[in-house]
Amino acid sequence: MHWRRRVDERSLRKRKRLWTLTTVAHVVPFLTTAGVLVAIEPLAAAVSAILVAKAWLIPALYARRGANVVTRRGRGEEAAQRRALGLLGDLVGHDARDLVVRTGLVLEPGRLGTWLVGEAGALLIRPGGRTVMCWCVRVPDPDLPAADRIAHLLLALRTDEEGFATVANLAFSGAPWRLGRKLDPAMRPALSAAVQAARLR
Amino acid sequence: MARLVRMDHTGHTTLAEWTASDQKAVDAAAAAFRTELDKGYFAVVSAGPGQAEMVRELPRGAELVIMRRPIAGG
Repeated sequence: MHWRRRVDERSLRKRKRLWTLTTVAHVVPFLTTAGVLVAIEPLAAAVSAILVAKAWLIPALYARRGANVVTRRGRGEEAAQRRALGLLGDLVGHDARDLVVRTGLVLEPGRLGTWLVGEAGALLIRPGGRTVMCWCVRVPDPDLPAADRIAHLLLALRTDEEGFATVANLAFSGAPWRLGRKLDPAMRPALSAAVQAARLR
Repeated sequence: MARLVRMDHTGHTTLAEWTASDQKAVDAAAAAFRTELDKGYFAVVSAGPGQAEMVRELPRGAELVIMRRPIAGG
């Protein structure tokens, strides 16, 4: 993807700041209007409440979009999935294999942070564990079993981490707690484990 | 014994197996390897924990060579 500037530590920090600014730009006008409205006319409290709800809802919708990148897409044929899981297990070791069976996500430490790799996307928990970035990236072959789709992304990530993030599209950047609320409950332990790992970096 | 596998709809398919001392098997594996590259697959070998390397020639000393599809932004 020669037309995209290669992702690096600096560009990630810039994109995170830009995302935060965008979120603030969405939220602040609603909250300001709600406050001013109530100050001018206390009877308009109901309208203010709607505005506050919207200020809450917009970041939540973005977080939903982020959570969708790791939504499970169907396992494929059972025998194929078992074979694919065997190969994935060889790549990641038994602990990570157990995690993928339970959560559908592989935890992979990287230079840019701690990754959680799913079937059609990956979460990058930045060092310190205070920011998660959700990347939409996939292998364009719908016939592959789920574990093979994960293995494809994992191998691409291990081969070239910055290149992986360059190919992927950023769907959300924000606090892990905000993402966790929108994540499939089965995946939340993987997010917690990745945040813990990122805090230790 | 070294293996060349392709990730596909069956989970994975073993395309070739060889030992470095068996030149005939190495040649057969190299031919299968090139065929997959021509189909658009990428070849990856493990390069230590959490590391992988893309290769353009069959590494005859590798234990496992995996053929994968390119990835794309979603």
